[in-house]
Amino acid sequence: MIRLCIDTSIGTSVAVTDGWVVRSELNEFDSMRHAEVIGELIRDALAQAGVTNSDIEAVVAGVGPGPFTGLRVGLAAASAFAVGAGVPLISVASHDAVAVELAEDVFADEVEFIVTTDARRREIAWSRYTVLDPSAREALSFTRAEGPALAKADEPLFAHIPRMDADHVSAARLGLLAQAAHENDLDLPPFEPLYLRSPDVTMSTGPKRVS
Amino acid sequence: MVVLTSAHMNRENPLVLGIESSCDETGVGIVRGRELLANVIASSMDEHARYGGVVPEVAARAHLEAMAPAIREAVERAGIQLSDLDAVAVANGPGLAGALMVGVGAAKALALSLDKPLFAVNHLVGHVGADVLSVDGSLEYPTVALLVSGGHTSLLHVRSLTSDVEMLGETIDDAAGEAFDKVARLLGLPYPGGPHIDRVAVDGDPKAFRFPRGLTLPKDMEKHRYDFSFSGLKTAVARTVEKLTDAGEPVPAADIAASFREAVIDVLLTKAFAACVDLGVPRLLLGGGVTANARLRAEAQRRADQAGVELRIPPFELCTDNGAMIAALASELIMAGEQPSGLEFGADSTLPVTHIHS
Ligand SMILES: [Zn+2]
Repeated sequence: MIRLCIDTSIGTSVAVTDGWVVRSELNEFDSMRHAEVIGELIRDALAQAGVTNSDIEAVVAGVGPGPFTGLRVGLAAASAFAVGAGVPLISVASHDAVAVELAEDVFADEVEFIVTTDARRREIAWSRYTVLDPSAREALSFTRAEGPALAKADEPLFAHIPRMDADHVSAARLGLLAQAAHENDLDLPPFEPLYLRSPDVTMSTGPKRVS
Repeated sequence: MVVLTSAHMNRENPLVLGIESSCDETGVGIVRGRELLANVIASSMDEHARYGGVVPEVAARAHLEAMAPAIREAVERAGIQLSDLDAVAVANGPGLAGALMVGVGAAKALALSLDKPLFAVNHLVGHVGADVLSVDGSLEYPTVALLVSGGHTSLLHVRSLTSDVEMLGETIDDAAGEAFDKVARLLGLPYPGGPHIDRVAVDGDPKAFRFPRGLTLPKDMEKHRYDFSFSGLKTAVARTVEKLTDAGEPVPAADIAASFREAVIDVLLTKAFAACVDLGVPRLLLGGGVTANARLRAEAQRRADQAGVELRIPPFELCTDNGAMIAALASELIMAGEQPSGLEFGADSTLPVTHIHS
């Protein structure tokens, strides 16, 4: 299945995957240019993968957590592409795309590990993963045991568990997770941004005096 | 390869889908040339009510939720297929940056998913463009346009809808709609203030209080001939209410509402008709959500008749923020031979009206 994958939870990452094959991935690491670059990255990711708009069979969106404004650009783009192409929209937690890499590589011998991303305002978003025993593995080498949730950036967090502070989320990994979920009937989250924080607004307390 | 070329674009009566997300309305409209086919508007107004004004983050979250369903509903109401479209259009400013970006992201991806050209157009000029969809024929140019809403209060000189728009003046503090919201709160009326002020003012005497008309004194008129200011007016109303309350006297809400409304309408129309006279342009277009105010419409008509000015006010669903006006402006640009915007543009919260399309 050919998937267009989009993640704007940190920078802007767009990929085209075909089953387990990554056909293309393009990244803009600047975390302030999501709205500017999203169109060109989709266009170029399709071109580099050698596919056209009508070849896409599903859209995969990284639903965060991530700073709200940028995150929404990718989610708006993913949902609109799915409507335009008339194909399903699939959601994957962005931390899981970081975890899938770690569980097979740097943290492969660990029992558990933490993925964090910057949540602004001196907070981080974190998820705790459990590495599965190779004999117990079905589709994935890890499960998300806890999170994503917010924590203060300067306070210790699970001091004994190895931790990766991610500065990039790969859209291609989202596509591979979607393939794993597809082959193994795994549950994926609903299409809902993982904001983790309510909009901060102060309830009005009535008009202030002017005289 | 997806290239979004305009080479084979239908430039006669193009079928255009327009996306609007600059404030608290998620709008998706579809037009064919100057014919309105669908105008779907999802508003997050109710969510802002408890905060007494538009909260940008609340608005942006609502846009994301509403966008895909609004696109689907517009297509269904228009009785078309997305693949029939000749172009996609989006408002890329001015407005709330985070809100605009939802529309920009969606529009770019929708255009790519369909391999259709994309036009990024100016929201304020879109309000003027709405008029071409009116069933009773459209306005001639040049025209003066007065755009009044919770987000903007602007006076434009439109020599050509597709190529020559000038900002004559705008508010230097609150938008007129915001002033209505704030005064409503002073009087203990709910959000949005406009309709409630209107309702209460029915029984009031508009001459009971003489509230200030911002930027109309000779010294202000030199620098701010066509600019507006409503913060002094709001403060004057607050002072009046406080003085009465402190003296233990009842607050005559009807008289205050009527007098406040009169002050807003007077300054808006005085400056708009002055522009018509100064520029020798006998045409005035009203747009924006505040045109729902019946007293504003009636007084505008009275002054227009007196001054020999042709007054046009599009139907309300085309005056408030909507996607159809964005589609209509793009349709005019296409028919005028303008080129698509490409994919590189961003959201610009202070986009000048001289940038009719990016
Ligand atoms: Zn507007």
